[in-house]
Parts: sequence; structure tokens; C-alpha cells
Amino acid sequence: MNQTIAAPTQEFEFKNPALIDALNQSAQKVDWVGRIFNLLFLVSALIGVISVATIGYFLVLEGLPAIQFAGLTNFLLGVDWYPPALYGIGAMIVASVVSALGAVVIGVPVALLTAIFLAEVAPKWLANMIRPAVELLAGIPSVVYGFFGLVIIVPAIESTFNVPAGSTLLAGIVVLAVMILPTVITIAETSIRAIPKTYKEGSYALGASPMFTILKVMLPAARSGILAGVVLGVARAVGETMAIIMVMGNSTAMPGSLLDSARSLTANIALEMSYATGIHASSLYSTGIVLLVFVMLLNTSLLVLNRKRVK
Amino acid sequence: MNKFDVKELDLHYGDTHALKGINLPIPEKKVTALIGPSGCGKSTLLRTLNRMNDLIENVTIKGDVKLEGKDIYQDRNVAALRMKVGMVFQKANPFPMSIYENVAYGLKAQGIRNKKVLDETVETALRSAALWDEVSDRLNSPAFGLSGGQQQRLCIARTIAIQPDVILMDEPTSALDPIATHKIEELMDELRKKFTIVIVTHSMAQAKRISDKTAFFWMGELVEHGDTEQVFTAPVDERTRGYVNGDFG
Repeated sequence: MNQTIAAPTQEFEFKNPALIDALNQSAQKVDWVGRIFNLLFLVSALIGVISVATIGYFLVLEGLPAIQFAGLTNFLLGVDWYPPALYGIGAMIVASVVSALGAVVIGVPVALLTAIFLAEVAPKWLANMIRPAVELLAGIPSVVYGFFGLVIIVPAIESTFNVPAGSTLLAGIVVLAVMILPTVITIAETSIRAIPKTYKEGSYALGASPMFTILKVMLPAARSGILAGVVLGVARAVGETMAIIMVMGNSTAMPGSLLDSARSLTANIALEMSYATGIHASSLYSTGIVLLVFVMLLNTSLLVLNRKRVK
Repeated sequence: MNKFDVKELDLHYGDTHALKGINLPIPEKKVTALIGPSGCGKSTLLRTLNRMNDLIENVTIKGDVKLEGKDIYQDRNVAALRMKVGMVFQKANPFPMSIYENVAYGLKAQGIRNKKVLDETVETALRSAALWDEVSDRLNSPAFGLSGGQQQRLCIARTIAIQPDVILMDEPTSALDPIATHKIEELMDELRKKFTIVIVTHSMAQAKRISDKTAFFWMGELVEHGDTEQVFTAPVDERTRGYVNGDFG
């Protein structure tokens, strides 16, 4: 067992003067490749920033006349949309907010339970069947979701609630809830899987059950990732256009209940852009400003929520 | 009296034969050190004692692991076993919650909500882990604010809180500096009066300082075990002699 390592039988020349010279010369050279790549990195990073700035600039530039024409309060809080006379998008703000929130209320619990199931509970073979299905859901074009809503959800609402037209806020909520599933599931599952194994081991070693471990250790530890998923889901719901146009009826009146037809901010832009001119066209850009502000608020709320936890 | 009796234990990870015919008695209220080079099976053996190996796929176990005469692999209640046989890990792994919540965690997992019981247990456990004086004024601050050594003692307190008989320690000081290590060793000297301790360690000096019994593992085999004194000064096996003298490993 105590074998000794044989000493080298020959002396080696460890230093190679020619190589040392080459290394020194290389160290003196200006690193052009590095500089070029640094520039490329910077330019690429700036493209995103410039795009956001440009979009914001032109939205404000084009949208400002309509807001000046209607007055900011009337524009945001007014519930009458009769171009070219009245430009109030209050009803559409309500429609967008309610449909997105409704989608979150239905979609997030389902997504969260699915994510836990995939990350912690399901046997491998089952998770490997469900995960591709969820990922496929993410790739389905929103116009196809619209079909799904028209063929299944809208008639179901008509027969369940006995209303003449099933194209309602509720239909929008259900379709959006399904649409945000893949976003929330994928991000939540990834963040649950990213939790160090040591948490789980520590919890099991104290005799805690798998369920207790998931609820008390895993979910809190994955909190910031899960929140990010939820916010991205909300952003997707607020920004969704095509499917919403197909299932929500697009009435400009203030919806009185979930069983009323409604028009979202995005739908408003898409429906009228083709024929609007003058102040009317400008008002659609203003609608876009409101959407942009919504998304900014969402992102900020995520930052604030995550910062609170760190303290 | 023996707390654990390991008999003819064979363990495979898939095709790897990680433990080969292990026979090891672990005496009650003594410190047993498991030593040997990396990959020799000492941590694997430690993890069979509270069935943490159940979490790994493709593990097959043959033979007997008896705790107080009862085979722990026959009994289906793993949670009860793990409460009786607590474990402290190589890297301190407090949960992302307050110091108090960390120590109360094991009790809450069993549905104990009585504030008085929880408060008392948390204090006793923290005192037993020699941490109370350092944290009593900030029980509600996050456990991550503690130093590495404090975190490890918190993990020991967390384990003590569930009232175990045995504490398993998997290289508990390998990530700590000498001063923090010294504190943990002092603590172990206190704990040996109340608990059976099994410790895996890479440091032979540590095994010598703190253990009553030492078992030397080599490539999945238990080469030799006995009183620490004897294993270090008069080892029977050639491989043990080489290892404890620092000739290899």
C-alpha cells in the first residue's frame, strides 16, 4: 500500500526561452479582438434601449394632440368613446385591467400548482409528458387562442349563464388565463428547481413532510422568481390583442358585469387604426401611451416587491 | 449498549458498489468518527442511518440497519426516524427565514403551534447549541445574517429542537475557520453527554480530539473500527496505519 512514487530518471528543461519571449510579446500587443467585442457588446445593449426610447418618443409625439384635445382627465376617466367628438378610454382601461386581473386570479393558482407538480411531485416520465405540452401552449399563435375561445368558451358562457351573446369580459378572462399559463409555469418551475438541494435535505432531515417542505421552504425561497413569472404573465395579458378582439365583443361602453361585452386598450388600437385620421388617429397613440405606462408600473411593482423581501 | 447495529450492509448506487458488507456497532452516548479518503463510503453510511439516501434514485440497500434493535428499513415511518436521528450537514443550511423560525421549524412541521412550547424549546435548543447569548436579542432577524459558524450552530440547535437521540454530522466543520471549528468541537463535547453522535470528518486531528470510537473506511469497506486511541496508536490493518500516519489519502 505504501508504494513510493518513482523519482524522474531524467532532468527536464522546464523553461523554454523561445516560448517565454513569445508569451511576453503577446502580452505587449494591443488586444484588438477584445476591443472590438467590447464595442459589439455595447452596441447590442444599446439597441434595446434606443428602441424603447424611440417607441416612447413617437408615442408621446403622436399621442399628445389627442390628449390636449380631450384633456388628460377626460381622456383617462371619460367613458364615452365617440370619435371624432368624445375620446374617453375609461371603459377600456377598466376592461384591460379587469381582464388581466381576472386572468391572474384564475391562471396563476393553476400555473403555480402545475409548476410545483412538475418540479417536485410528478414522476419523471409524467413531467416529461406534461412539460412539452405546456411549452407547446406557449407557441400557439394568439389568433388560434381566439378560435378556441370562439368555439368553446363563448358558447359555454351562453349556455351556462343563459345570455344572448357569450362574447364577454368573462370569455376574455378565461382565454387570457390559459394564455398566461405557459409563461408562469415555465418561470415558476425554473425558479423552484433553482433552489439549493440543501434546503430540501435540511427540511427532510428534520422529519418534515414533502408538502410542508414545499409550502414553507421551497415556495418562499422561489418567491422572487415566481413573482417575476406572474408579472410577465400580467404583461402578456395586458398586451394581448387578437384573441381578445375575437372573444370579448369589443363594445366601447363601460361593462357593468363580467357578462358584458368590453373592449380592451389593445383592441381599441387594432380595430380603429386602419381608418382613423387626425385627432382620432392621435387618440389611438395616446391609448398606446397608457399601455406603456401600465407595463412600466408592472415592472416597477416587481422591483419593489422583491426589494421588500431582501430587507 | 449500542444505539445502532449495522449488519452486512451493502449499498449500490446504480452499478457502483458504494458500501461492501459493513458491520458496525455504534455505541450510545459516545462520539463515533467515520474517517477515510474521499469516496470511501463514510458519508454514504452516515446517510443510511437516517435514510437520507432515500432521496437519491437508483439506490439499493441490502442488510440490516438496526436502531435500538429495530430495522429502520422495515419501518415505513421515515419522519419519525429522522426526528429521532437528526442530521447536521457539511455546509450550514439554515432556511431563508428568521433565527426563531429556523429552530421552531421541526416542531411546526409536526403541527405544534403552542407559543409557550415553541418559545421554550427554541430557547433551550439555542442554549444547548451555545448560541443563545449571541442571538437572544435578534431572534426575528434572518438566519442568513449570522456568521458561518453561527449558522452551523443554528443548524445544530434546529436539530436539537426536535428532541433526537442521535445527531449525525457530515463534516460539520469543513467549511469553517479554526476558531469556529473549535467552538463546534467544544459544543460536541457537551452534546456527547446527552446524544449519540456520529461524525464524518476529513480531519484526523478532529477525529482524535473529539471521538470515542473511530471507524476507518477504504473503497467501500470498513477496514477497521475500535476505540479511537487504539485505531490511531495501534492500528491492526496496514491500510489504517498508512492513513492515520498521513502516508496517503
